[in-house]
Amino acid sequence: MPASDYDSACLPDILPLYYRRLFPFSQYYRWLNYGGVQKNYFQNREFSFTLKDDIYVRYQSFTTQNELEKEMQKMNPYKIDIGAIYSHRPNQHNTVKSGTFQALEKELVFDIDMTDYDDVRSCCSAAEICPKCWTLMTIAIRVLDRALRDDFGFQHLLWVYSGRRGVHCWVCDKAARKLSVAARSAVAEYLSLVKGGDETMKKVVLSDPIHPFIRESLVVVERYFPLYALQDQDILGRKESVDKVLALTPEDILFRTCSRANSSIAQANSSPHFISLKSNLQQDFQNEKKPENRWNLLKDQAKRKQATSKKGQHFEKEIMLQYCYPRLDVNVSKGVNHLLKSPFSVHPKTGRISVPIDLKELETFDPFAVPTISMICEELDRPRTVEEEDKSEETIDKENEKDAAESRKIRDYKRTSLAKYVKCFDQFLDVMARSWKGELLKKSDLQKDF
Amino acid sequence: MQFSSRTKKFTTNSQTELYSHPLLFYVQPPLENISLVEFETFAVERLKLLKTIENLGVSYVKLSDQYIKKLEAESKALNFLYRTEATGLLPNGGSETLVYTTEVDLFRYRFNDLYPKQKLEFLHRNNLQYDTISVEEKKALHDKLVSSSYAFSGITVEDQDFYKVPFQDALDLVRLRKVYLKAGYVYIPHQEIVTIVLNDFRTRLSKALALTARSLPAVHSDERLQPLLNHLSHAYVGQDYSNQKNVGKISLEQIDSLSGKSFPLCMRQIHQSLRENHHLRHGGRMQYGLFLKGIGLSLEQALQFWRSEFIKGKVDADKFDKAYAYSIRHMFGKEGKRTDYTPYSCMKVILSNAPSQGDYHGCPFRHSDPELLKQKLQVYKVSPSGIIQILELIKGMHYQLACQKYFELTHNVEEASFSLNHPNQYFIESQKVLAGGRDIKRETDAPQKPQENSTKAPSAAPEAAANTQDVAEMTEELDSFFQDA
Repeated sequence: MPASDYDSACLPDILPLYYRRLFPFSQYYRWLNYGGVQKNYFQNREFSFTLKDDIYVRYQSFTTQNELEKEMQKMNPYKIDIGAIYSHRPNQHNTVKSGTFQALEKELVFDIDMTDYDDVRSCCSAAEICPKCWTLMTIAIRVLDRALRDDFGFQHLLWVYSGRRGVHCWVCDKAARKLSVAARSAVAEYLSLVKGGDETMKKVVLSDPIHPFIRESLVVVERYFPLYALQDQDILGRKESVDKVLALTPEDILFRTCSRANSSIAQANSSPHFISLKSNLQQDFQNEKKPENRWNLLKDQAKRKQATSKKGQHFEKEIMLQYCYPRLDVNVSKGVNHLLKSPFSVHPKTGRISVPIDLKELETFDPFAVPTISMICEELDRPRTVEEEDKSEETIDKENEKDAAESRKIRDYKRTSLAKYVKCFDQFLDVMARSWKGELLKKSDLQKDF
Repeated sequence: MQFSSRTKKFTTNSQTELYSHPLLFYVQPPLENISLVEFETFAVERLKLLKTIENLGVSYVKLSDQYIKKLEAESKALNFLYRTEATGLLPNGGSETLVYTTEVDLFRYRFNDLYPKQKLEFLHRNNLQYDTISVEEKKALHDKLVSSSYAFSGITVEDQDFYKVPFQDALDLVRLRKVYLKAGYVYIPHQEIVTIVLNDFRTRLSKALALTARSLPAVHSDERLQPLLNHLSHAYVGQDYSNQKNVGKISLEQIDSLSGKSFPLCMRQIHQSLRENHHLRHGGRMQYGLFLKGIGLSLEQALQFWRSEFIKGKVDADKFDKAYAYSIRHMFGKEGKRTDYTPYSCMKVILSNAPSQGDYHGCPFRHSDPELLKQKLQVYKVSPSGIIQILELIKGMHYQLACQKYFELTHNVEEASFSLNHPNQYFIESQKVLAGGRDIKRETDAPQKPQENSTKAPSAAPEAAANTQDVAEMTEELDSFFQDA
């Protein structure tokens, strides 16, 4: 079913169904409870709900999974955001003296939004996305995932499709959750290369020597650049986009590069600025229409320049990074108390579920194939197959009454296209559970000592 | 007060030992009794010093030779005292971050000033001991270490000791990518160790500031200290341009013409893009919205202003009321924790929240490509020689001076009689110049034409009167100092 079949007007009708039968509450609680290692970790977590007509309720908090379920089923939020773990229960924040209610911990989060790439993608703008520009998100995930793991040593990274035009990353390691505001902003700045707003043309400037982190990132970008930038975006095809690229090439050395071809002319004019690299390149580009070859011409110029000038010049790398390097919304990552849309929340505009992305299948991840709420609710109405029927009989026999409702819910989502995303979430949680198992053991050992 | 009871537990010996070191982390509060007069002098001296450092940070690149020279001269002149932790009592609204950053700057300077031996001693005394990496490890990482440290050739890497430190302890180096980072550890060459110490100092300082902020109510109830503290924090932060005196003196129709005549370039730029795009992202709304509030827009006017512009674009009135009106009321302290936000100073605009894709806020002198800025200035009819002067100042990173030059050029004044540190100050000064001689004339006209009053420049607000007579004298001196600074 295409996503266009979703109509936001029907949300009030299908949200109750989603929260009653499909939302993966037990996994969700398992995640945010973090094995119960720290006291009140789940209880002091802020949730905030966006209700019908954009009514925004902050500082919700719940003591148990059951309470969370009941409340969500009652409120049927259009959107769920997750905030920080506070010093007190967020829903009682008014009862404690102001100043003592403080955000203590939160996952380190990253928000990458396609709107921030508007100056370098020609296919869409603002909130629109298409398969041509989605590669940018793939690159972003590859670059950041590598850096967060290899450089910072984090292990538990949950990548989530936001439901519309971007991706989020939740770094769930204990060390990441405890980072201070200053540390978060340092991490975010370490990872940011593209700087400047609409008033800046050249947004990536590399200094010499190139830091190992940038080298590693370049390896990723170079892998995608030909197919993404040269073919899909065709940045060296149309005149306007060519001009944009040329504007990023340096003015100064210009003449040295053409002196090889026209040394006599250059000498005759004797002004180094007379013939510029740009016009030179522009001429070359006129004879050469194929984007790949044009790019090679540009790379040649860069190589020549590197060979001749003392300090490294990296303008071809800078162009690649400006077009492809992930653009972070730094403010989201900085604040401990910043809210971010929760996984498995619905995106009210598109109806798509905010689902975890399986990095093993990242290259084939298609945001348009992510199920909408109307789609999975419809799938629920399909008649069961005999096989499914048999299985469910069995499980009901095995389990007692109380668990029956729970297991029905599990069976429910398994019958929809949400299943594979919940499975991915489960795998993520299993790996993480191993880390806190060790910690719990240590704790209980300590208790026995006494 | 509590302080006196604590004093008795410690012998004076530990006291003298504490102050015998040239540099302190301020782990322990001052334990001896100090008189109120002493407290006041310490606090004022410290404040003067911090203010000086802040001003230096604006005009010079931190830790450049010039900066250090200036700082040296200034700090000697002020004869600062190590013991004035009185500043810990200062946090009061906006001054907190200023105290914080300048204290860190001061500490950095003083640490760099120590002899290598003293540095090591300092590290040991404060339990900051990290492991150096083995020769084998250094060999294995050789290339990475070379390419991640600016000033090293391969040979110097071999001679250097590298420390392996959790990245959380060396945030400044991580932020700037000045070190090699692997699996959560940074590899720091010996000479960069100051960063770690600074980081530690910062943590302690912010903890101390937070703690003092919590005990502030108790201190404020002490009627001997309260007027003094109030005045100190006010004088330190300087004019914050939040005063509500000019509310309603500006009409919405005037904004377009004012933006050309009296807005600093940053606000003019935001205003223009707002008119063109009928939208502004959050950073722009905050910077511009608070500025407008500062020049006298009332909440009602602000809501009307933003709504009328936004609904020309993609946002309909309903969406505006739901998604944007809240943040505007928030700015005026009518929502959330009800803080009455003050307009951003130049420092804040220049240093925090740099604009990214789709943003128009920030400082044009800091955040624009010089080429684009040049074009813009040409459009605004700044003379070619003026443009060269401005670009020259930018090259030296004197963004506020560049803006001041822009003021002088566009207002035809030889040399501005103020030192610019706030967009709202720019506006007030501009209005003063434009009103010029007419100001006196209007005063006689005013009774007949009351509406015209709205264009009259709001006079710079006099400092709030000190609460008691005996502090008045002292504070007067302080005022004059800060106004000069």
